[in-house]
Amino acid sequence: MKPSDPGITWLEEKPLGLAERLYLPLFIQGLTTTARHMVSPKVTVSFPEQRPQVGNPLIYRGVHRLNRDPEGRVKCVACFLCATACPAHCIDIVASNSPWPDREKYPESFQIDELRCIFCGMCEEACPVDAIELTSLLDLTGKSREEMIFDKEKLLSVYDMTKDAEPMKSATLGGTL
Amino acid sequence: MPVVIVDGQEIEIGADERLNCIEAARRAGAEIPHYCWHPGLSVVASCRMCLIETGQRDAASGKITMMPKLVPGCQTPVKDGTVIVTKSDLVTSSRARVEEALLIDHPIDCPICDKAGECLLQDYHFQHGQAERRADLHPFTSRKRDVGPTVTLFVDRCIMCTRCVRFTREVAGTAELMVTSRGAKEEIDVFPGFPLDNKLAGNVVDLCPVGALGDKDFLYQQRVWFLKREANVCGGCSAGCSIYTEHNQDTVYRLKPRENPHVNTWWICDEGRYGWHHLHDPARLVEAGRRRPAERGRPTEYETVEWADLVVRLRDDLTRAGRLAVAVSPMLTVEEAWMLCAVARSIDPQAYLAVGHLPTADSDETFPGGFTIRAEKCPNRRGVEAVVALFDPAVHGWSDLLAHVGGGNADAAWITAGYPTSGRGPWIDTDTAATFANLSCLVVQDMFDSPLSQLASWRLPAAGFAERAGTWVNVAHRAQAFEQAIRPPAGVWPEGRLFWNMLGRRGLYDPSAVRRQLAESASLAALAGEIPAHGVDLRIHQLA
Repeated sequence: MKPSDPGITWLEEKPLGLAERLYLPLFIQGLTTTARHMVSPKVTVSFPEQRPQVGNPLIYRGVHRLNRDPEGRVKCVACFLCATACPAHCIDIVASNSPWPDREKYPESFQIDELRCIFCGMCEEACPVDAIELTSLLDLTGKSREEMIFDKEKLLSVYDMTKDAEPMKSATLGGTL
Repeated sequence: MPVVIVDGQEIEIGADERLNCIEAARRAGAEIPHYCWHPGLSVVASCRMCLIETGQRDAASGKITMMPKLVPGCQTPVKDGTVIVTKSDLVTSSRARVEEALLIDHPIDCPICDKAGECLLQDYHFQHGQAERRADLHPFTSRKRDVGPTVTLFVDRCIMCTRCVRFTREVAGTAELMVTSRGAKEEIDVFPGFPLDNKLAGNVVDLCPVGALGDKDFLYQQRVWFLKREANVCGGCSAGCSIYTEHNQDTVYRLKPRENPHVNTWWICDEGRYGWHHLHDPARLVEAGRRRPAERGRPTEYETVEWADLVVRLRDDLTRAGRLAVAVSPMLTVEEAWMLCAVARSIDPQAYLAVGHLPTADSDETFPGGFTIRAEKCPNRRGVEAVVALFDPAVHGWSDLLAHVGGGNADAAWITAGYPTSGRGPWIDTDTAATFANLSCLVVQDMFDSPLSQLASWRLPAAGFAERAGTWVNVAHRAQAFEQAIRPPAGVWPEGRLFWNMLGRRGLYDPSAVRRQLAESASLAALAGEIPAHGVDLRIHQLA
């Protein structure tokens, strides 16, 4: 958008009134804010001894997981839409004919480079079968770069780990598969 | 000149041109959607997607009379005064109805369908379809049927345009595919015991406007929107079919035919279509090596030579050796062949130049539709012959070279090969290779190991077809220029780059600069200027 754009409305800054020019009312206003925070309850936590509260797990964007279908197989159909949507290019999929008669295509390998990921949630949004989801796991650590490249088994194990605390989001959103 | 009126715009067509409404409208810039019509096949007018309004303008009074009903554009020829309306409400709603009917039981498995991204059903649905689905059917999966060794049919994705059936009947002439059952139960199938197994079978996958026919070689390898395409020329035989090389991150995934009315029309053969796997064969030679002096108790070894050193050392070695004989491979481009001859003559002004080995199959194979697979399995014999003739009017062949070297008339030989022999055994047998055994310097430039490369004092890697840039001249003397599609494997310099540096020319290898120089000679004058996408006939100046 250029400064000459007709969509921009230009406003004149108002001249200072008496209250602003006196300085004291604004000074008191600022000090009041400070005082209020001194007495209000603390919101910071001493991580990692203390765990922070995740507000709404449905919209939190933490570590990825790959969901399983009712038969325990990976739900992903290897359509590459997450890899296409990914702005960080951190998803690498190798597709193949599925070994199951009722499904056509499945991911032979599925890797996410968690260090490269920017946790934008575009993969979750792009997924047509609600297979990839972001959990509310927020502390992601590892000892090497290789360890932080999560493969299919690791991502499925994140699902196994978190499925009780955080059920699949698709159920609440009218799932597809 | 006949005048056709497309959406109120008058366009002139040729007096003896036989166009249908789709082609006439395309000239006026109006695209009429169609599934079953293909310029290379007969007209069946079965998909009903190209329905348009037509009429006729009376030449004397100028009064326009419209037809009361919609007509299929593919089946309606145009003549002087034909009126075509492609954007009326009636046409638009007809297209939306056709799309709706096609999509009623079409499985919505676009996420796993290989055609997604280049599917006409998807494209037309976005352009002409309606936003809501009125049917409460939600088919998601498709039955899969194995129709041949290279092709898979996803039965329920089919929209019954019958392009594939007509192709096997009219172009391939083998008629393996057919339509079974009738009405809503119509399906494409093969006759039991007669799979879709002809040399043009892969074309039915390109023809399929939806994802019903899948190429097993490409199935699930890559999504089409990741692919980049480069206009190339097939190096499989001397027909020189125009192709697109579709690749991503220096890996080729598939080859597609590129329309060229002078060469291959719309088709390519399966041999060419799948003839790119050698590019990624792990057995490829990827290092330039010079044989170490023989030592007792040690196997022959090659020391790796950096290309910058090689440019100097190769010339020194060949100069020291003396009388030089050169085989100019018909896999090289015209530009590369010329530079090789120039390098050879700068080393030894009397260098013996010959066209390299010509791999040949039994005979040409022509199909009822006119498509021909050539017996000569190299792309540029005509071009290399024309280049060698510039240096030595008596053009020698491979057997002349063997006789020349076998008669003890050469001390050094430089054999360029680069044949895509992956999985087929070497192009030269041990006995023939033995002809070169007693030379003081033998340079072999090849993609794969062969009995000849095992004798080499210099073993250099060669580039594949998609890794070159330059011009090839096909069997009908049509020169087609093409650009490099992918980079060769690390450590490989394409031949052009080596010859360019050995000639002492500065900067990056530029085929067009060499081509400009070549066009100064009378026999290659047609190469002057920009070569059009469909190529240029080398004999164009001689014919005139």
